[in-house]
Amino acid sequence: MVESILPVSLQNVSVRKGGKSILGPLDLHIGETGCSIVIGPNGAGKTTLLRLMHGLERASSGSVKWAIRKSEAYARQSFVFQTPVMLRRSVIENIAYPLSVRGVRRRTARATAEDWTEKVGLEYAAHREAHVLSGGEKQKLAMARALITAPDILFLDEPTTNLDGASTQEIEALIRVATEEGTRIVMATHDFGQARRLATEILFMYHGVIHERAAVSDFFDGPKTKEATTFIRGDLLI
Amino acid sequence: MNDIIEGLQSAVGLIIHLDHDLIEISLRSLQVTISAVLIAAAIGLPFGAWLSVTRFRYRRLAIALLNALMGLPPVVVGLVVYILLSRSGPFGVLNLLFTPTAMIIAQVIIVTPIIASIAHQSMRELWFLYHDLLISVKTTKWQRMKALLWDGRRGLLTATLTGFGRGIGEIGAIMIVGGNIDHLTRVLTTAIALEVGKGNFPLALGLGIVLITIAILINLAIHTLSRTEREGTW
Repeated sequence: MVESILPVSLQNVSVRKGGKSILGPLDLHIGETGCSIVIGPNGAGKTTLLRLMHGLERASSGSVKWAIRKSEAYARQSFVFQTPVMLRRSVIENIAYPLSVRGVRRRTARATAEDWTEKVGLEYAAHREAHVLSGGEKQKLAMARALITAPDILFLDEPTTNLDGASTQEIEALIRVATEEGTRIVMATHDFGQARRLATEILFMYHGVIHERAAVSDFFDGPKTKEATTFIRGDLLI
Repeated sequence: MNDIIEGLQSAVGLIIHLDHDLIEISLRSLQVTISAVLIAAAIGLPFGAWLSVTRFRYRRLAIALLNALMGLPPVVVGLVVYILLSRSGPFGVLNLLFTPTAMIIAQVIIVTPIIASIAHQSMRELWFLYHDLLISVKTTKWQRMKALLWDGRRGLLTATLTGFGRGIGEIGAIMIVGGNIDHLTRVLTTAIALEVGKGNFPLALGLGIVLITIAILINLAIHTLSRTEREGTW
């Protein structure tokens, strides 16, 4: 049995840029299962928190500790960006790329990628150049590329922000299946409806720190902080 | 005006009659420049990619220096290579002076910074686009360079063709290290200089037209074969 990379613990971490505090100091413990949704106003530090855990940002202080060695832990997680990055290749080559990086034989990687084009409903576009896809199709490709390595944890940074209802529904279905199959989800979103549909818990962020952490129904039905109440009500948080 | 018309007639005549000297000179021009460009591309393209994905203390200075080297005066390059290859120089024992190999060496020195610098500009933009994804999927530095070189190949083709354009029209360095020896190191540019010196403007112009035609044909052929302008692709 392969040892899980989770839980992950953030201890007194902070990120500062240009003398300005972007995140923290904060402590956070993410367990092995579930779907944590990070919400909060723009500039609250949601993206920075996700990027920090994934190793795309460096902590100015504090530490991020995984259950196994950091280099191995980073190799067993994926990230889906708000604006999907398309390699200048075909859809199938984009999806197969993480496997190629891990040294999987080209033929095997392509065959697995082909399966994933079917899972995400992109089989009709498998051999098209990725950049000609629509926004929704690009995000489905990004999901397939993130999930093809069967990550222990998947970070999603507002993956449906610019998508229509149908595409959002498809992406959410993929997230649900991934959660059911044991992938830990940590996702940032602005969409309360999406948070209600997907989350097992909510992390509410404001000014770089986690103001409130609660089960989804508890958070939306009875937020404990003034800031969270204001945010849920739709009033301006300044 | 008469010189231009005579030049055109001369060029057409040389091509139609498959003039032996013209073919020999043209082939040598191509041999020298293509060899130099291939070597320069083998050095310059990976270097450009490395420079795009690597952060080190004097990176800005290195880029500024590389850009400055694009303007290396060919005559100075020729002089330095001449000194190095001359009998009393450190590489005199190789007997390379006044050979096509010496001309290739000089052209490699001139063309490499051009290819590396343009390649770097092109891959830097691609790296900006790919940065988060390639870091996220835990690529090694070599894999990042490979991704940039492969996905940026059309931009790199432009860099290489720019190097070819500079090489095929170069005269200062190859005149010094090649010596413009008939049937040995004479190429189109040095032949043109010779004919101008002799006052044979129509022939010089004819050779010039052949030179331009070769450069355009090679560029068109490579662009067509690599389908750089194919709709819907980068």
